[in-house]
Amino acid sequence: MNTLLYLARRLLSAVPILMLVGLITFLLIHLTPGDPAAVVAGDNATAEAIEAARHRLGLDKPFLMQFWDWLSGVMVGDLGTSFTSGRPVVSLIFDRLPITLSLTAGSTLIGLGIAVPLGVLAAIWRGSWSDRLIIITTSMGIAAPEFFIGLLLVLVVALNMGLLPATGYVPFAEDPVEWARRLILPCFTLGIGLAAELARQVRGAMIDVLSRDYIQTARAKGLSTLSIIVKHGLKNAAIPIVTVLGLQIRRLLGGAVIVEQIFAMNGVGSLAVRAVFLRDLPVLLGVALITAVVVLFVNLLVDMSYGYFDPKVRQS
Amino acid sequence: MPVTPAAVALPPASGFVRRFCRNRTAMISLCILVLITLVAIFAPYLAPQDPARSSLRAIMKPPSLKYLLGSDDLGRDVLSRLIFASRLSLIASVQAVVIALGIGLPLGLISGYVGGWVDAIIMRFNDALMSFPALILAVVIVGMMGPSLTNAMTAIGLVYAPRVMRVVRGSTLSVRQEVYITSARATGCGDARIILRHVLPNVMGPLVVQSTVLMGQALLAEAGLSFLGLGVQPPEASWGSILGSAFPYMQRSPVPTIAAGLVISVTVLCFNLVGDGIRDSVGRMRRAGD
Amino acid sequence: MDQGIASAGSGGTLLEIRDLVVQYPSANGWLTVVDHVSISVGRNDIVCIVGESGSGKSVTVQAALGLVQPKGGRVRSGSVKFDGQELVGMSNRQLNRIRGDAIGFIFQEPMSSLNPAYTVGDQIAEVVRRHRGVSRQEAWKRAVAVMDRVHIASAASRANDYPHQFSGGMRQRVMIAMAIACDPRLLIADEPTTALDVTIQARILEVLEELQAESGMSVLFITHDLGVVAEIARSVVVMYGAQVVEAAPVEELFRNPRHPYTSGLLEAMPQVALDRGHAPVAIPGVVAQAHSWPKGCRFHPRCGYCQPEVCAAAPVPLIPDDHGYVRCSRAAELRSVLGKAATERTIPVMT
Repeated sequence: MNTLLYLARRLLSAVPILMLVGLITFLLIHLTPGDPAAVVAGDNATAEAIEAARHRLGLDKPFLMQFWDWLSGVMVGDLGTSFTSGRPVVSLIFDRLPITLSLTAGSTLIGLGIAVPLGVLAAIWRGSWSDRLIIITTSMGIAAPEFFIGLLLVLVVALNMGLLPATGYVPFAEDPVEWARRLILPCFTLGIGLAAELARQVRGAMIDVLSRDYIQTARAKGLSTLSIIVKHGLKNAAIPIVTVLGLQIRRLLGGAVIVEQIFAMNGVGSLAVRAVFLRDLPVLLGVALITAVVVLFVNLLVDMSYGYFDPKVRQS
Repeated sequence: MPVTPAAVALPPASGFVRRFCRNRTAMISLCILVLITLVAIFAPYLAPQDPARSSLRAIMKPPSLKYLLGSDDLGRDVLSRLIFASRLSLIASVQAVVIALGIGLPLGLISGYVGGWVDAIIMRFNDALMSFPALILAVVIVGMMGPSLTNAMTAIGLVYAPRVMRVVRGSTLSVRQEVYITSARATGCGDARIILRHVLPNVMGPLVVQSTVLMGQALLAEAGLSFLGLGVQPPEASWGSILGSAFPYMQRSPVPTIAAGLVISVTVLCFNLVGDGIRDSVGRMRRAGD
Repeated sequence: MDQGIASAGSGGTLLEIRDLVVQYPSANGWLTVVDHVSISVGRNDIVCIVGESGSGKSVTVQAALGLVQPKGGRVRSGSVKFDGQELVGMSNRQLNRIRGDAIGFIFQEPMSSLNPAYTVGDQIAEVVRRHRGVSRQEAWKRAVAVMDRVHIASAASRANDYPHQFSGGMRQRVMIAMAIACDPRLLIADEPTTALDVTIQARILEVLEELQAESGMSVLFITHDLGVVAEIARSVVVMYGAQVVEAAPVEELFRNPRHPYTSGLLEAMPQVALDRGHAPVAIPGVVAQAHSWPKGCRFHPRCGYCQPEVCAAAPVPLIPDDHGYVRCSRAAELRSVLGKAATERTIPVMT
């Protein structure tokens, strides 16, 4: 019962920010410097063309009416129509969302899979050469641009060694094995950057947790080292780790834009990039809104997970 | 005028500089950054060839004495291009950081100092704004302004402004509680004066750290946008755009890609390390002064 | 060189710590925090180690069980025999089989010694599963049973609660339950009542005594509070400056302390002072620190009976006498003096 109340409360607290996100998306077109109508009309546009573009964007209507149009549209899931293809923005995005989400999810798994063992080991071997090496490597990992890592991976693994394909995406439903295979390099590209950031957090959190009294109690109980680290240690270290993970989702989604280009994947990121060149503003705004919603959703999950990791939170 | 307690003053510059110099990693990084800046400034004298000169006979040649890093798909010397591109990359990053500071600093000061509902509203907007992935928001803003380097940097500046705002607000909040603020107000100091004389110095430390790190982030973001073709437009070149144009030919001629990527990574790493070094030095000064 | 004290218990020695030397790293190299300490605990015995903080009492016991290594300490030399088995040099895996099973531990801070992320029942059942290999249900039943044994009301439902839902005293009962869940032969309690209220303290001691009487397990109790010692100890070991300075059966210790430090501790007891009609007399000076032991007798700078030519000259060995052991160069002379001070003292009531 407590748990349900807790979850409900977290859900409700997410609503205001969701609405603000929607509001900002709407305001983007008004707050950005310059004239979006001119941009849409293209270079060397005549005054009439610009006016036509303004009308198309709905910018000639009164402000409140624009807001109402937009709001009522969003309520029913209508984010407008693409200027170039004429298809609804929502369907364009949702067509490509599985690709970007696969990429993001896979990168998260790889990032965690590398960061957690590495961070735990660094915490256990604190102060030793291995620890210092891990710290240095993670610093470099944080600094290197994602796409550089991606390019190197493509160069070495795909092109030179021919181990994994360099491009393309295959839907899971079609061929699960090929789907996974093609995702390995792109997910590693983003995953390494994530792992570098996370490993630091894991190390810090574990160092703190391992010095706690209840760890000594666990040792005095005769529990195996593995059990102490994983069962007693990680669960308590989880909260700061998961928090950082939530923050990093934003970075992953942003990085997806570039990685999709490198690996020729037709995800939401490349949709946005193409929309820039095509001056397709509805698509751009739609992408902004939906990615922000995804971020909010992930953070909501993170928030809810606190209840699992820290029983005290459930009662408050 | 009330006597200003020592805690308000910036840590003595000499002590800070001394501490910083002791940090070897940070010093080396700073030297590298200075070197890169010098290269950018003296580019015309340092570049072996004209970066814009294309030569049909020298397309995608491997590294040689003439083309130290090889030549690109239009027969231009990669090394010279990278040297000249450093100008645009660095200036662009500075631009973005200046914009981020220009928006974030005043908003952060106001939000932290005034508090109340003004703070609450600004912070809520800030949180919502930070829900958008940075690069995607930048892409969207560029999309609404048209692709160009200036627009890209404006977009990046706008995207990073919330981060600056957070840091500034945090420092402002911590100072606001201090007794000397109340005493200053009690003697009739105007708010603006209080902010300038008392709050601002306290904010400087974290702000400098944040700005340094932000330089690296902006560089990275510019590289990303230019890589996608949304930033620098040909014939101009930044490191990111060089990387972007070298990438399709990577299999045949990997050196330009690797070189461009390395330059970006090293520069960003140096910015991060210098930022870390500043943070450590300021932190220690503050603790020593307690 | 120094011999272990013979314990007052019956049936031979269960735990024999002999000449233990424990060191911790410091800025100036390795610091010796336990200096050739010997203690023995017999079967069905209750031994108390008394000393101020910094005396090395906790470290001695933790090191014996291999619990200082994770914190950077090391056992330099010495032997720890548990039921004939040598523990020093044992691998962590082997020690894990003994810890929690044949030897139970209770720590000082009930607030932080329990994992906040798991239910109390889970943490107790964990020990049972680990050492007895039984099913989850079996282990849970055992956990509830042992919570009952330490008098935690509504044990069955309380087992599903988290540590933060218990008060300090109750948490300590949980710790005790966890420590005895596998019927240990030796229970080690490291200042279990220090962080608790006096009234709760008394209850916890009751529980421990009851458990000891029921099961016949030996108890090694570490404390700085002589009141607690008077309450439950059968033999006492007094430590100061990383060394044992006196060891004796409890009545003897209270009636005829042989070491000035022990005498000082007794006179500092509020109960004694109350009986004599004045404020408790604290021992002057501060506890000696590991990085700067005084030359000769480590207690001499604070000792009211100190004669520098004798006491500050050379290290003092631990000498057996008729009631135990004492480490004092002037022990023979002071015997009557310290004893006289004692006869004026009302001996604290022992149950």
